[in-house]
Amino acid sequence: MTIGSGETPQLELRGITKQYPGCLANDHIDLKIMPGEIHALLGENGAGKSTLVKTIYGVLEADEGEIFWAGELVKIPNPHAARKIGIGMVFQHFSLFEAMTVTENIALGMSGRQDMKALEKQIIEVSSNYGLPLEPRRQVHTLSVGEKQRIEIVRCLLQDPKLLIMDEPTSVLTPQEAAKMFETLRRLSSEGVSILYISHKLDEIKALCHKATILRGGKYISECDPTLETAKSLAEMMIGTDLHAPEHNIEENTGPIRLKVRNLSVDADIEFGINLSTINFEVHSGEILGIAGVAGNGQVELLSALNGETKCEDGEAIELDGKAIGRLGPNQRRNLGLAFVPEDRLGHGSVPEMMLTENAFLSGYSRMQLMNSGFINTGATAAYAKEIVDKFDVRTPGIHHTANSLSGGNLQKFIVGREVLQKPNVIIVAHPTWGVDAGAAASIHQTLIDLAEAGGAVLVVSQDLDELFAISGRIAVIADGRLSVSRNLKEITIEEIGLLMGGTHSMGETGGRSHVA
Amino acid sequence: MLLKIEKRAEYSKAMVYLTPVIALVLTVLASIILFKLLGVNPIEALYQFFVAPLDSKYELSELFVKATPLILCAIGLSVGFRANVWNIGAEGQLTMGAIVGSSLFIYFPETESVFLLPAMIMLGAVGGGAWAAIPAYFKTRFNANEILTSLMLVYVAILVLSLLVHGPWRDPAGFNFPESQTFSPSATMPILVSGTRMHFGTLLALLAVLGTWIMLARTLIGFQVKVIGAAPRAGGYAGFSQKKVVWFVLLFGGAMAGIAGISEVSGPIGQVLPTISPGYGFTAIIVAFLGRLHPVGIFFAGLLMALTYLGGETAQISLGLPVAVTGVFQGMVLFFLLACDVLVHYRFRLNTARKVVS
Repeated sequence: MTIGSGETPQLELRGITKQYPGCLANDHIDLKIMPGEIHALLGENGAGKSTLVKTIYGVLEADEGEIFWAGELVKIPNPHAARKIGIGMVFQHFSLFEAMTVTENIALGMSGRQDMKALEKQIIEVSSNYGLPLEPRRQVHTLSVGEKQRIEIVRCLLQDPKLLIMDEPTSVLTPQEAAKMFETLRRLSSEGVSILYISHKLDEIKALCHKATILRGGKYISECDPTLETAKSLAEMMIGTDLHAPEHNIEENTGPIRLKVRNLSVDADIEFGINLSTINFEVHSGEILGIAGVAGNGQVELLSALNGETKCEDGEAIELDGKAIGRLGPNQRRNLGLAFVPEDRLGHGSVPEMMLTENAFLSGYSRMQLMNSGFINTGATAAYAKEIVDKFDVRTPGIHHTANSLSGGNLQKFIVGREVLQKPNVIIVAHPTWGVDAGAAASIHQTLIDLAEAGGAVLVVSQDLDELFAISGRIAVIADGRLSVSRNLKEITIEEIGLLMGGTHSMGETGGRSHVA
Repeated sequence: MLLKIEKRAEYSKAMVYLTPVIALVLTVLASIILFKLLGVNPIEALYQFFVAPLDSKYELSELFVKATPLILCAIGLSVGFRANVWNIGAEGQLTMGAIVGSSLFIYFPETESVFLLPAMIMLGAVGGGAWAAIPAYFKTRFNANEILTSLMLVYVAILVLSLLVHGPWRDPAGFNFPESQTFSPSATMPILVSGTRMHFGTLLALLAVLGTWIMLARTLIGFQVKVIGAAPRAGGYAGFSQKKVVWFVLLFGGAMAGIAGISEVSGPIGQVLPTISPGYGFTAIIVAFLGRLHPVGIFFAGLLMALTYLGGETAQISLGLPVAVTGVFQGMVLFFLLACDVLVHYRFRLNTARKVVS
């Protein structure tokens, strides 16, 4: 690693400003990355990280400001130009063709015609050099998420970049896969490649990065050395206030079983979907059960079977307070006291173009009795929406604004509040704080804990292990459509969960057993 | 590509309601050029088109006569469009409604009863609905595209009508002309204003406007239609059945078109003819969009489109313009409306991709 203060920075931004209609996304932002430096870009959702990165990669054009590349003023009008001068980017969401091979996918991302044989050789060379094992002839859909990410990284490395931008790269990886990727990044850094690393996982940033630039509300806040900061101090710089960890003192298995799933098997109805096979678990009154797992391992299918969007062939497979609900639809289940917060806030949990009042009606019309002799009771609906907004601190100019005008965190607070106010016996929450700022996340966690303490049963499905450790009492892991036995939080370590997430069922799975309690 | 189209991050809400006006202004401007090229004085032509048809009580009532089927069909279609169900076969559903509704009179011509007409209207709705049930079945069962199935069924319905009036339904005392006997008074829509042709169907259209307005704003099924159209997955989450909504909007649209059909044959036409509609079912698509898929908007858009039918006739008589001018007019309105809508939601930008890195 060679970071000298006298050198010219590899990349320097001065006063980058980008104005969107109604929102100043970047307000005179400065950034300096030295050759070989791993530089973290930190900030809450909506802080302007993505906008800044897209400006560097040429996806967006800044309204104001200058970009210097190795000391020279440059203009980057498009990603092609960015790649040409040596900027590579690995996006959070992959752009891969599932039905093509690794080599074909990489060739598609490069300009001009490619000699496939030579390219294959190159891929093997680069991938073995940097500890990124890849089989060039494998079809992409047969690969794990970690392997898919490797394709994206190798694709960048083939272009011999001087700056690699990584957008939340570990959000889809198991802890082991993430550790492997860090080695690769350190190696690249030692060879003089600069890395701009975007993440909200503070521990990672402390472990990996040399420098960190913090953004808040589109403004540059400060630059610091993350190794000298604590995770708490970094988080405070990001959100600007003191963080409160949610309080919880939930005793284990406190009450009777409220939600019971027995030998639940569902065949996927779409290509590349995951089949659920003999899933068993139960959630007791007064506890929070966490289901961990890497995305795409059956969470979507499990959630859809639990909330009734997919009906089960065996009605007895799911029981709510002793009643078989496997064959019931979402609304019937809701009336029996099952609430659900989906992963996708816009378009699944809410209708983006509809007002908050209408979105309150969406899931509450029957349990909150918002109908009056066949007609929508607008007064009661507005009162319900108002109650959600007031009780759960949803920041909005008013209940007649549309769902998509709210920020992610506020909309999530609205949706969680909407479900909690229906006084459910069981609530199922998918990725409750995904893409939500720390302040809103803490308040959502507290809401779920309060519900459990009041005797409700809470099931949280999340990829974020920190979150699950913070709020749940027991944790089970889903991998390839199978669910592990749930374990008490005190008995399990992050490493063990990581192994389970990778599909190692050393701890036994629930499949085929009739009873595990 | 020199130009690229990108979505606007935010679009003006006011523009959504202004676009119909802008589209009309552009249509008038374009038609001035068109009239010039045809060698007609544009001012005179516009007068004949838009003002002359409105200068007497009778002419004004004719406006409502023409607007009635347009509004009925468009109301039915708009509910489907709200749910992203693209039924474009209202013309066929109108025809089938006319056939099934008038069958009652054809087979029982001697009936004198106040219940005859209501029964015919009911049967008209059933006929139109049944015709729309075919695309609904194919869509929910096989996921067949309703645009194709509903459109193709239009031609089937028109041929069925032709078959009937050339064959079994032909008036025995009609000198072999392909037309049924004229409807008896108890099978005919009552006239609302004496001395005009304005009939009971217009009241039905107003009722449809009002009822649909209430349905969309205040009832659960209306809410379901809007949710399924805007975010189908949110509908699934709420427990709304997409199939149920597809069935509902197609049956509703078909029934409305069917009522339009029966109120034409037992209203201004008074008998079953081989041709009972100058394309009301298709023009209704324009009406629905021009009215922004809102019942009140559709009411006014229906009157406006009715005016183009009347204006076309006047211009044909007084200026010797071909009848196709009406179609050109309606086509221009839709074209400009869609173009304005695109520009409200998207903008064009010069593509700068070819610039060299400095």
